[in-house]
Amino acid sequence: MSEPSLRILLVDQNADRAAILEEGLRDAGCRDITIVREMHSLMRRILEVDPDVIFIDLENPNRDVLEQMFQVSRSVRRPIAMFVDQADTESIHRAVQSGVGAYVVDGLHKDRVKTILDTAVGHFNTFNKLREELERANQALEDRKLIERAKGILMKERGVNESEAYGLLRTAAMNENRRIIDVARGVVSAAGLMK
Amino acid sequence: MKKLTVGFIPLLDCAPIIAAVEQGFAAAEGLDVKLVRETSWANIRDRLLVGHFDAAHMLGPMAVASTLGVGHLRAPLIAPFALGLGGNAVTVSMPLWEQMSGEGASIGAGPRVQGKALARVVESRARAGLEPLTFGMVYPFSCHNYELRYWLAAVGIDPDRDVRLVVIPPPFIADAMRTGQIDGFCVGEPWSSVAAEAGVGVIVTTATAIWPLSPEKVIGCRASWAEENPERLDALIRALYRAALWCEDPANRPDLAHMLGASRYIGASQNLLQNALGNKLSLSAGLPPVSIPDFYFMAKHHATFPWVSHALWFYSQMLRWHQVEEAVGDIGVVKNTYRPDIYRRALAPLKLDLPSADTKVERFFDEGLFVP
Repeated sequence: MSEPSLRILLVDQNADRAAILEEGLRDAGCRDITIVREMHSLMRRILEVDPDVIFIDLENPNRDVLEQMFQVSRSVRRPIAMFVDQADTESIHRAVQSGVGAYVVDGLHKDRVKTILDTAVGHFNTFNKLREELERANQALEDRKLIERAKGILMKERGVNESEAYGLLRTAAMNENRRIIDVARGVVSAAGLMK
Repeated sequence: MKKLTVGFIPLLDCAPIIAAVEQGFAAAEGLDVKLVRETSWANIRDRLLVGHFDAAHMLGPMAVASTLGVGHLRAPLIAPFALGLGGNAVTVSMPLWEQMSGEGASIGAGPRVQGKALARVVESRARAGLEPLTFGMVYPFSCHNYELRYWLAAVGIDPDRDVRLVVIPPPFIADAMRTGQIDGFCVGEPWSSVAAEAGVGVIVTTATAIWPLSPEKVIGCRASWAEENPERLDALIRALYRAALWCEDPANRPDLAHMLGASRYIGASQNLLQNALGNKLSLSAGLPPVSIPDFYFMAKHHATFPWVSHALWFYSQMLRWHQVEEAVGDIGVVKNTYRPDIYRRALAPLKLDLPSADTKVERFFDEGLFVP
């Protein structure tokens, strides 16, 4: 690469997301990446790293702390929250949507900023998808456990086998126009009351 | 129904926004409002600017800063409605309170007495070669920052040289005090009460003691959006105005505290919220709440009127504390950020007695006057 690598600072309290983003930025040719997870050392790290670009996750209330640091520090080159002057509106829109905030020092070439922002947004979205999948998987697991418990209760109370117990849940769900999981939840909570 | 998305931060002064939706004032104006809770003022600003929000709960000075392009690129916002007056307080840590007590401070004393005591502590710390005290506030462009600075400077403490000022998000502020990261802070309710009740600090003064009828948050929206959607904006202003009146009625206080206490809104103890709404503060743990009649107004005293003098005072403080360089034309830009004309237009059908002037003289505890 002919251009010098940009110095990038990632402020993210979520280690997994930071790791995903770091890898993505490295693949895109960024070599100078620093990750900060502890807010109390943030000012010192900003001074040491003197970053060209700072990324912070938008869930982090400490974003306001970061903006204050740019205000008070005369020594830090002042990066500013990225807006339409440094990238097209579409990129900014996608960034906010995916939950990443970017601060860029003045004078960087618009195309370079856009490339790196789009990379960050892409990896934030990857992380968001992973998180959603994980949540769905966890939920599915919880649902399965609940249905198992409901089947167990029915097998015991009604003296039926496992597939018959499932059949009872399914028929009830169809008749009442509810989801099986909701019927199962009802069975489990009713059994709790009978004890 | 016209759809509208409004962002807010979990603080007491978001009350009229929440009540406008929950009590049906927005629906009565034909608005279907979606409320979105945010975690930082920077997010509020950015989501407003990219169009995720049509309007938002916002720091008054933030609207001015964004319009001027200070600390951010120039992005014109307007403030056509104010979300009440007062509500902030200054709290100091228990160790600092002990030192201040030794220098003449006492629970419930005025800002001059407390300030002088603080100044003597600051002086003796400097003589002893100790680290300067650290005070927290919520954002560089906030009333909290300027009120704190005004008070400190008025009692002879240079807020840039004699103490350190840092930003701490309100939900973390009591913890930051407990762990000794900060010695004092200026913040809105319920966070002063939270720290006092938890026994980590003592409330030493209120913003309204420093500056009676001092402004706080506003409704912010993009200048371009306001121009393109006058009917929507007017409907929102009328809904918020009625909601503010409803919120201020003491008979509705328990319902309001219950509503705001929900985790999707402020998520704080109802008891604490109800006290703050009733202008009662526990200044220190173990003391019964005391009534501070002029602590916080949601509707009275034209509390929802966007006084242009407020915007001008914020600008004067941005200049005073070197956040911005004076530039030709900026005063005009600042004046146009606060929009009493839109406020009057929206409320015209209600046939109210509204202020005819856009500015007023602002008076401070040290007899300082701000004549716009």
